[in-house]
Amino acid sequence: MSENRNKQAKHLILLSSLAFGMLGFSFALVPLYEIFCEVTGITGKTSSIVAVEPAAVMQESEREVTIQFLAQVARGMPWEFRPTEHQLRVRVGEVNLTSYYARNHSAQGVTGQAVPSVSPVNVSRYLHKIECFCFTEQYLGAGEDQQMAVRFYIDEELPEEINTLTLSYSLFNVPGLESSSLAFASHQP
Amino acid sequence: MAEIAGHTIPNRSPLLAFLERWFLTTNHKEIGSLYLWLSFVLFFIAGAMAMVIRLELGQPGMQFTDPLFYNQMVTMHGLIMVFGVVMPGFVGLANWQIPIMIGAPDMALPRLNNFSFWILPFAFTLLISSLFMEGGAPNFGWTFYAPLSTTYGPPSTDFFILGVHLMGVSSVLGAINIIVTIFNLRVEGMTLMKMPLFVWTWLITAFLLVMVMPVLAGAVTMMLTDRHFGTSFFSAAGGGDPLLFQHVFWFFGHPEVYILILPGFGIASQIIPTFARKKLFGYHSMVYATASIAILSFVVWGHHMFSVGMPLAAELFFMYATMLIAVPTGVKVFNWVATMWRGSMTFETPMLFALGFVILFTIGGFSGLMLALVPADFQYHDTFFVVAHFHYVLYPGAIFGIMSAVYYWLPKWCGNMYDERLGKIHFWTAVIAVNMTFFPMHFVGLAGMPRRIVDYSIAFADFNMVSSIGAALLGVTQVLFLYIVIKAIRGGEKATSQVWEGAEGLEWTIPSPAPLHTFETPPQFPAPEEAYKHE
Repeated sequence: MSENRNKQAKHLILLSSLAFGMLGFSFALVPLYEIFCEVTGITGKTSSIVAVEPAAVMQESEREVTIQFLAQVARGMPWEFRPTEHQLRVRVGEVNLTSYYARNHSAQGVTGQAVPSVSPVNVSRYLHKIECFCFTEQYLGAGEDQQMAVRFYIDEELPEEINTLTLSYSLFNVPGLESSSLAFASHQP
Repeated sequence: MAEIAGHTIPNRSPLLAFLERWFLTTNHKEIGSLYLWLSFVLFFIAGAMAMVIRLELGQPGMQFTDPLFYNQMVTMHGLIMVFGVVMPGFVGLANWQIPIMIGAPDMALPRLNNFSFWILPFAFTLLISSLFMEGGAPNFGWTFYAPLSTTYGPPSTDFFILGVHLMGVSSVLGAINIIVTIFNLRVEGMTLMKMPLFVWTWLITAFLLVMVMPVLAGAVTMMLTDRHFGTSFFSAAGGGDPLLFQHVFWFFGHPEVYILILPGFGIASQIIPTFARKKLFGYHSMVYATASIAILSFVVWGHHMFSVGMPLAAELFFMYATMLIAVPTGVKVFNWVATMWRGSMTFETPMLFALGFVILFTIGGFSGLMLALVPADFQYHDTFFVVAHFHYVLYPGAIFGIMSAVYYWLPKWCGNMYDERLGKIHFWTAVIAVNMTFFPMHFVGLAGMPRRIVDYSIAFADFNMVSSIGAALLGVTQVLFLYIVIKAIRGGEKATSQVWEGAEGLEWTIPSPAPLHTFETPPQFPAPEEAYKHE
């Protein structure tokens, strides 16, 4: 009987560790998902690492593609936010400069953060941003405005069938830094 | 109540004795009954919510509810039916049956058993109390997708989160107890491959529970910290991803749907051989099929979210993996039919429910195959077709499974036969009403009626009226079921120990009603012929 008890205790411990292990696994899914998306680029998330200037010898090809710029502002974010140019025709390999315009229309300072995304999702790795305002927090005082530059080039490896790319920025306000943003985050009907 | 089942209890007030008996019980039969009654009570509560939903959907326009309340009804109906009715119902059956089917005196961990049950009433009090709170109950659907449940959830969402945590703890402890019991307390001679199939399916279900309930707990914990502690697991503004929620949820959610059906497979595999008076066809393949369904369930979660913008490769993988599940499921259905082939069948109520289970569950399985096809799913997604599908696998699947088990084992539990005539009436009204309620949903879904919306186009009015009439009938039928159960408990024709002519297994060798304590000395296995015949 006591042998049986020991066996039961062993099973109990094994099964409890399995349960706790799975709880740990559910949290491990967060970084795993992040890595998976980064490696495969499937969510259209662009790399948060700023690309380096292409080598000087980089040859510009004759191939041209269209790149479109989109801007979205999260609900409750009191900013005007739009690309200065909606569409550019660019040569593959060539470094281009464009910008987004942001203006804080509210009566108090607000910190915002833009999250970029590229469509079609599997080409995000061919769009290299040398200078951008992605993933960094931007502060604008009441009524202030700002031009935010994006310098980028398109990799020569870009698959043949792609003629148009879309770069989209979603602008969120960063909760916790201003009282207005907190109100936005937690008191929606 | 000075004497309970042969135990003399010192003189106490009847109330104290009653409380002591039911709150402190560690007896698997009493805990099993508690689980089943809790499940039954919640069945009527969640059923009443379904009545509100069908009342509202009887006609286009908004007659009785507003969108906010309607959404609360849809959410609470789903949550209570899944976590409060089907899961405790199956655990109750496991508690009652597993020890007497494997010849064990009780569950391996009786005090843990008491604890896992008594968490549940508190969990559901927390959940249901949210209906009476300012801002109303959770209204984001039983799948509680972020950001609906994080940024936009009502304040009562925190009660829901705590409730889910408690249910999770209860299920995991209950499942651990079942696994430990099955592994350690089987009677000598009962090897794993000689266990009754109900025990097998429950063993596999228990493993699924231990593995996925913690993932659900993780998901709601992340929700909680997103809501109150400034994390951004599911918020894009802080670098998180709302889509991650869907992945975590369905990683839990798909094994969960098999948790809701596998014990039902086990029940059908007990009942059909009894009333066909033949051995179960393909015992080994049944076990392997159940195990492969359980293993596959971990790699198909993506089919719930085809339309989120997955890459083609992932869509193909999830589609093929999902369709693969049809193979072991087909094996099971084939085996049930082959068991009946040339059997001398009789059609008592448990058998009727088991047959209804096999046929209607298969219909639900077929609509599941349709949903597994990526291109088709883009049209079916979030329509009433999905509602039709999962109600076909859950009502005539899980619920009919529980009902056939109750009819099958009730004479063993209370010692009296139920009223066979009323049982048959219950079955036939239920089977007509189920089809009337859920079959038209296929049509309105294919025509584009979205789910979870209070109002709809007048084009869908007629089918919805049919569904609502069916639902009302279905609701009334279950009151009849309650009456039948109570009537059998209070009296009726005495059951023999074998109860059913063709029944085999250790549970039919003990007297009816089953005494509080059974198999204190291990029985002989397999049971000799005369063991069924005493009395």
